[in-house]
Amino acid sequence: MKRRDFFKSAAIVGIASFFKTNAFGSVLSGKGVAVHSEPDLVAVMGGEPEVMLLRALKEFGGIKSFVKKGQKVVIKPNIGWDRKPELAANTNPELIGALVRLCKGAGASEVTVFDHTCHDWKKSYTNSGIEKAVTAAGGKMVPANDEAYYREVEIPRGMNLKNAKIHKALLECDVWFNVPVLKHHGGAKNTIAMKNLMGIVWDRGFFHNHDLHQCIADISTFHKKPALNIVDAYRIMKSNGPQGKSEADVVKLKSLLVSPDFVAVDTAAMKLFAQVQPTDLKDVRYIGLAEKLRVGTQNLEKLNVKRIKL
Amino acid sequence: MKFLKNIRVILSLLFFLPIIIFFIDFTGKLPLHLHKLLSIQWIPALLSMNLVVIGILLLLSLFFGRIYCSTICPLGVLQDVLSWKSRFFRKKKKKNRYSYSSPQNILRYSILSITLIVFLCGSSFLVILLDPYSTFGRIVSQLLRPLVIWANNGLAHITNGMGNYTLYEVEQVSFVPLAFGVAILFLYLVTQLSWSKGRTYCNTICPVGTSLGLLSKISIFHISMDESACSRCGACEKQCKSQCIDSKAMKVDDSRCVNCFNCLSSCKKGGINYELRYKKKQEVSVQETVNTGRRTFLLTSGAAIATVALANTNKIIGKNDTILSRKPIMPPGAMNLEHFNDHCTACQLCVSKCPMQVLKPAALQYGISGITQPHLSFSTHVFCTYDCNICSSVCPTGALQPLPMEEKKLTQLGIAHFRKNKCVVFAHEEDCGACSEHCPTQAVHMIPYKNGLTIPEVTEDLCIGCGACESICPVRPYQAIYVEGNATQHKARKPAEAKKFNKKIDDFGF
Repeated sequence: MKRRDFFKSAAIVGIASFFKTNAFGSVLSGKGVAVHSEPDLVAVMGGEPEVMLLRALKEFGGIKSFVKKGQKVVIKPNIGWDRKPELAANTNPELIGALVRLCKGAGASEVTVFDHTCHDWKKSYTNSGIEKAVTAAGGKMVPANDEAYYREVEIPRGMNLKNAKIHKALLECDVWFNVPVLKHHGGAKNTIAMKNLMGIVWDRGFFHNHDLHQCIADISTFHKKPALNIVDAYRIMKSNGPQGKSEADVVKLKSLLVSPDFVAVDTAAMKLFAQVQPTDLKDVRYIGLAEKLRVGTQNLEKLNVKRIKL
Repeated sequence: MKFLKNIRVILSLLFFLPIIIFFIDFTGKLPLHLHKLLSIQWIPALLSMNLVVIGILLLLSLFFGRIYCSTICPLGVLQDVLSWKSRFFRKKKKKNRYSYSSPQNILRYSILSITLIVFLCGSSFLVILLDPYSTFGRIVSQLLRPLVIWANNGLAHITNGMGNYTLYEVEQVSFVPLAFGVAILFLYLVTQLSWSKGRTYCNTICPVGTSLGLLSKISIFHISMDESACSRCGACEKQCKSQCIDSKAMKVDDSRCVNCFNCLSSCKKGGINYELRYKKKQEVSVQETVNTGRRTFLLTSGAAIATVALANTNKIIGKNDTILSRKPIMPPGAMNLEHFNDHCTACQLCVSKCPMQVLKPAALQYGISGITQPHLSFSTHVFCTYDCNICSSVCPTGALQPLPMEEKKLTQLGIAHFRKNKCVVFAHEEDCGACSEHCPTQAVHMIPYKNGLTIPEVTEDLCIGCGACESICPVRPYQAIYVEGNATQHKARKPAEAKKFNKKIDDFGF
């Protein structure tokens, strides 16, 4: 090989390595010809939380495509409320437990879980079942109840929210997963992936005071994006959200939506939700506003969506 | 009879340590039934009419004298600890530093009778202020506990930085200047007196001590001196922290003796003993003379405080927002203002145990006589947790009646008042809904407004006054929704459940 040719091919390989796709990987490893690219969104229905998670991650090349050995991982569920898992006010603890186990299995040096809760944080951590699931899987729960745990960062692409105090665990980690639960919401209409980001910030009052929807869209432009949004729709809260009053508010959909795209995953989740409780997507204004800020797309037609029924 | 003193020390620590740790514990890890240790305090037992405890304490006093003061009362033990510690700060480490002093009869009986009179006239102001157990509670919860939490936060800051989250930082939101001031004042008084004069506070100011002194004059067992065995060395007198042994006259003032038994340990000759009172009948001459001068002084100072306080209230209300002059919100189980104000001794146990720190000592919300009694005070993320009934279950005085969980969830402490013209939805025409989001009963719910917006509405009979809405309302400093306290706590209507969704969904919908 000539010197010049070597440099040429090296450059091509180098550039190509920026496009992280399985197709590229499989070509290199000689496992056959790539017939499809990596999906943009995977929807699974009909299984238990852990089974659906494994199935969805398989489409993205498994957990190892996201978590490398020795990395610090943060998982951000919704643990906002002092409610038991059956009331679907918080993310399913089995799902969180399974994800912690997978990350640990992939060699993560530590897996940290937190949420800036609305109710008493200790009671929320305990009664949601998440603390137990995380500790059993080898993860670590960290508090988020005090301003001392937060650091100020800039949100340069934000319209109303120009800076925010974000939990330092998230700022210091190598990779993070956003794992919300799909719920009705009295204020924001619905809470899914983007709304879940309010649990990484300290001053939520600012959001409510400066156009809630715009601020939710703004925080979604935060430069450190989650590797994946994993929307828990095993049980959803159809009414009286975000706290719920009783199990009558809960519907078991046994579903899971996974995508790196905030807007796409929230759009898909809303379409799933609307089958239970008819809701106009336009009323969930932050989804459209985030699309305007080029956070992602609402046009699911354009995306490679995988629908899997178990 | 040296063993008596040792038993006294061990017993007093067995009462004192759990109580002080229970007050300080901010993690909620200690079992709540430790509060039972507090129902055997005199004033709480009297106020809750706990006949069993009253009977036991009475018998105890009639048999053995003021055992309550030396072992059960945490303020008494605190003074012992202080005067014991003061030894290490003295230039000459004198062990024997007390000497007989005559009783302050006029002062002590005046305070006792004024407290009684004021209480019978319907104000528990002096009972609250002078109950030794509650004074102890205020000192620990207002002064010691914050220090421990600060220390914890400092340590937590360091360990969290190293990646260990066993300790965590605790926000302190319950600083109330007036309560702090009261606590400081009494700590100063108690320290000052006990440092050099032993139990002078108990024998002069404390109305419980004075009353028990009357009982101990006729107790079956008492300390007495044996003229034949006594060598008149005066060692017992120097050890007596009540300063009630007159070794020259060979007399012990039973009314001031707190049964610490230090004198017994000091005498090697058996000259002083703890024995049956069977020889001569002592004259019970209670001087009920009321010193009008002192009473005038107390009344005048009371009036002065009242005037200052009222002047300040006016100043605050001058800021002119109805939220500032709202009716106080009592803790759950308080029933009604009259019951609550009469029975609460402001010991701050509920304030210390409230996991949300929503209970705070009142300044003048209940008026002068209710200073430092607990009330609900909301701030961001600080409101009354829906399924928590800790305060009502630990109250030692019965001011808060125990509420089973289901009953607590329906107990209406107050009613939320929505002020539309201040609301973000009305003023900025933007979605918010934080209040409804936090409302556990959906008494605060969102109704269609305009342009696809929704605005809060309150269904009053569903509201339990927990203050979640007020705590989270982004409109500051005077929220667009706030809770007005109920003078009588009613039962709220049970919230209806949502309609169940029973259809099967097998499609993703996209």
